[in-house]
Amino acid sequence: MFKAQITITLKKTVLDAQGATVQRALYNLGYESVDHLRMGKYVELLVNSGDEASARRQVDEMCRKLLVNPIIEEYRFELVPVK
Amino acid sequence: MRSFGVVVFPGSNCDQDCHWAVREVIGAPCRYVWHRSTDLAGLDVVILPGGFSYGDYLRTGAVARFSPVMEAVADFAAGGGLVIGICNGFQILLEAGLLPGAMMRNAGQQFVCKYVNLRLESAATPFTNAGQVGTVLRIPVAHGEGNYYADPETLAALNADGQVVFRYCAEDGAITPEANPNGSMDNIAGICNRERNVLGMMPHPERCSETLLNSTDGRLIWESLLQPMAASL
Repeated sequence: MFKAQITITLKKTVLDAQGATVQRALYNLGYESVDHLRMGKYVELLVNSGDEASARRQVDEMCRKLLVNPIIEEYRFELVPVK
Repeated sequence: MRSFGVVVFPGSNCDQDCHWAVREVIGAPCRYVWHRSTDLAGLDVVILPGGFSYGDYLRTGAVARFSPVMEAVADFAAGGGLVIGICNGFQILLEAGLLPGAMMRNAGQQFVCKYVNLRLESAATPFTNAGQVGTVLRIPVAHGEGNYYADPETLAALNADGQVVFRYCAEDGAITPEANPNGSMDNIAGICNRERNVLGMMPHPERCSETLLNSTDGRLIWESLLQPMAASL
């Protein structure tokens, strides 16, 4: 079994209005060194598969079919073996 | 007379308004279609109404697009059937790939609920043929994610092919940044597909189709749809 840890963010080419707002809020709190803040989503799920390659293939497919909108978002994920 | 169907997803909340506008105000036959049904028999127009299907979880429209009815809607559209998605219905059409582009959170980060002015950009669609290019319509919007996005090539193609049907504008019809309520690219409020039988729009024509409701500008959509088949595109 594998735990997939999926991170989804807006593409670099897409303006992240939410991220810009949060960054401004941090700025106003005095964190003036903050830059390039990007908001995103985190999805965690278990894949019941003994084969890492198969699990990777499945998670990738889930991302492309449902979890991610490739027009505006990009994703990366890691698989952690679970006993 | 064309027959209408209003799809009901879990979380739809403008389905009854659409049903009312079409059946009671305009007087056309209309029935509900539950999202688990795939039966669109006898329908000429399918309406995907506004609301918050599946609680807007993951992304607006992202889960609803996998409802059984959506496969039937895709076949229906491919066969030339007329499909109009309003607000959440527009978001579902984008997620389903029946219209190009994607919807993002409003640039101002706020849910916007107010009357806006729309400039009719194309009357050469079955949804707008009762109007004229340049007509300004007062129709309300109510959404948190109406910030339309498309990559530069898609945007250029939409503009070049006359697929932009409505733009947010000032009262006099001028397309200005101030008139844009959500940061939408090129002030886009509604687009259609290349074949012109699928329309998505963020504003709610069903909310302004009778005098009691402050504006009747939304009637243009329903009246266009009632034009004889040959007269529409």
